[in-house]
Amino acid sequence: MSGEAPVLPDSEEAAADSTDGEGDNATNLRDWLTIGPIRFFAAVGIPAIGFMVLFWVFRFLRDSDANRILIVVVAIFVGVVGIFGLYWGMDRVNDQLPARIAQRVRPWIFVGPAVAILSLYLVWPAVQTIWLSFLDKDGEEFIGLDNYTFALTDDKMLTAFRNSVIWLILGTALAVGLGLTVASLVDRLKPRAEKIAKSIIFIPMAISFVGASVVWGFMYTFRAAGRPQIGLLNAIWTWFGNSPIFWLSKEPWNNILLIIVLVWLQTGFSMVILSAAIKGVPDDILEAGRIDGGSELQLFWRVVIPTIKSTLVVVTTTMIILILKVFDIVWVMTSGEFGTDVIATNMIRQAFRFFDDGKGAAIAVVLLIVVIPVMVLNVRRFREEEAMR
Amino acid sequence: MSVAYEIGMGEEARPKTLMERILDRWLVKLIVVIIAVLWLVPTAGLLVSSFRPADAITTSGWWTVFDKLADSRTWTIENYRQVMNADGMGNAFLNSLAVTIPATVIPITIAAFAAYAFAWMDFRGRQVLFVVVVGLMVVPLQMALIPLLKIYTGGANAFGIPIIPDLDLSGTYMGVWLAHTGFGLPLAIYLLRNYIGSLPASMMESASIDGASHFQTFIRLVVPISVPAIASFAIFQFLWVWNDFLVALVFLGGTPDVSVVTIKLAELVGSRGQDWQVLTAGAFVTMILPLTVFFGLQRFFVRGLTAGSVKG
Repeated sequence: MSGEAPVLPDSEEAAADSTDGEGDNATNLRDWLTIGPIRFFAAVGIPAIGFMVLFWVFRFLRDSDANRILIVVVAIFVGVVGIFGLYWGMDRVNDQLPARIAQRVRPWIFVGPAVAILSLYLVWPAVQTIWLSFLDKDGEEFIGLDNYTFALTDDKMLTAFRNSVIWLILGTALAVGLGLTVASLVDRLKPRAEKIAKSIIFIPMAISFVGASVVWGFMYTFRAAGRPQIGLLNAIWTWFGNSPIFWLSKEPWNNILLIIVLVWLQTGFSMVILSAAIKGVPDDILEAGRIDGGSELQLFWRVVIPTIKSTLVVVTTTMIILILKVFDIVWVMTSGEFGTDVIATNMIRQAFRFFDDGKGAAIAVVLLIVVIPVMVLNVRRFREEEAMR
Repeated sequence: MSVAYEIGMGEEARPKTLMERILDRWLVKLIVVIIAVLWLVPTAGLLVSSFRPADAITTSGWWTVFDKLADSRTWTIENYRQVMNADGMGNAFLNSLAVTIPATVIPITIAAFAAYAFAWMDFRGRQVLFVVVVGLMVVPLQMALIPLLKIYTGGANAFGIPIIPDLDLSGTYMGVWLAHTGFGLPLAIYLLRNYIGSLPASMMESASIDGASHFQTFIRLVVPISVPAIASFAIFQFLWVWNDFLVALVFLGGTPDVSVVTIKLAELVGSRGQDWQVLTAGAFVTMILPLTVFFGLQRFFVRGLTAGSVKG
């Protein structure tokens, strides 16, 4: 308690908020009156000002027709240095306040921008989406559950649900199953061979879903009979004497061909995580099992699997959530034609092609409802972990 | 221990012969090799094709090049020249850089500050807020798209009062940076908080005794120590943003001069679906940077992944 009047900060905005912060014989009410606005300002005001400055700089750059590379470089610079400067500035402003108040405001400077962005970009839009799902196409009239009736009974939506279920079951089973198989097999190889094999299977993790769609589109490509097949699948197929097939149009098998793309991309993910878990299974337990005459397969089912169960749950839920939102592969490879639509492609089509906000929102809410059990599971697991800390 | 005991029960304890063990090992090797080849072939086909002349690609399979590897007529870089210039992939590559780098650094900076506060600062609502962050990790980003695009193109009103002005963010880098920041933050905060929270309390105390402010402690002590965690999330977010299609489609889709590589490639699939010389080269252009980052920093990335989480 130094009793000094706060040194006026050079920023006008902060000055306006802190002039009455005498700090001496402050009552709770006065604390509240001072800290409240400052907190609010720290959390919302300063980021907003910083944001406006960044935005203005950027707008200026975009409109100035400068050299493209220069724009890119400046955009990167402003985006990176600007954000850091924002925190630094806020902390400096806060330093000017009486120590007791500054101490209570400071956590909000650290956490405020994150909270503000999360509220603006996730929480508030999610609430808004739920509201929109009860409104009509243009978000003007309340139409009750009509959008949900559409989402749950429309023919196209039913096909999408069927396909999403196929994706969820087959995609999850294959990506996790193959990941687990490879992880346990490479564990038996020499370290060098193991590393190479894992790298190869992991490579697709770096490839975009759109890129992978082109890679596999090329594998599945079709040429009329009699012409040389340039897609590997049809080349092999015709080599056995069959006539070439336009694979992606063959309902319902085309769904499986699309799922293969996802499995190719994501097996590496489950493999890496499961491999780390398998390496954590204590050797002495495995040895004891071997001495008792258990076969490798029995050891795998009765020792390895139970030990890595929690990791297996994490990998499976991650995969389920990822697959539920699968969009790019279907959008690029078939545009949802030939009975390959899934929930997420329907959502985008309704909202951004047919401009029907209500239906799009209702489908998004359906997606949210499906992931709520995973959300509960995650929060519960987090609570348990915290309790053990 | 009891697990090991149960395994012995009721099983005949016959040790394997040498022959069986050799067979086992070769079987494992064989299966791994088959899977590895299956995983490599699609990418190999793409890479080989992207260097073949257009007429060769459409008249023969890419696997036929192995007969005439040394023939100079087998290979060309014309496809890349075409796709980078005439098809605008070069421009899209620059746009992708301009979107991805800030969209990686901004969320990390914001998340690191927040993670420090969640781990080492005391404030009311800390627990509740963090549980909300954990919950937000799995919220499908589809939930946010429609209202966000509305804000971007028309601002927002609450009870008739404009609370967010019309910023016209749709079709700008800024709009995409912020969107990716919002969508990437929950995972970033979660991962970094787990790491920063596991640093020893004694270290923080001694920094505070030495008179370091929270800001100084954070910058001089916590950030340098947290480099591995920051790096692994940085790689994750970089790959995520670079490879993203959905967010870019919604917020940049209508503006051709800012399209990123994924948007450009999807467009090429639509407009030149059978011109495989363009598509294969284009696809490889979209992959080259993430593959490089990935191989250069694989160790960090794997470490980050194994920290285990779910992203929404």
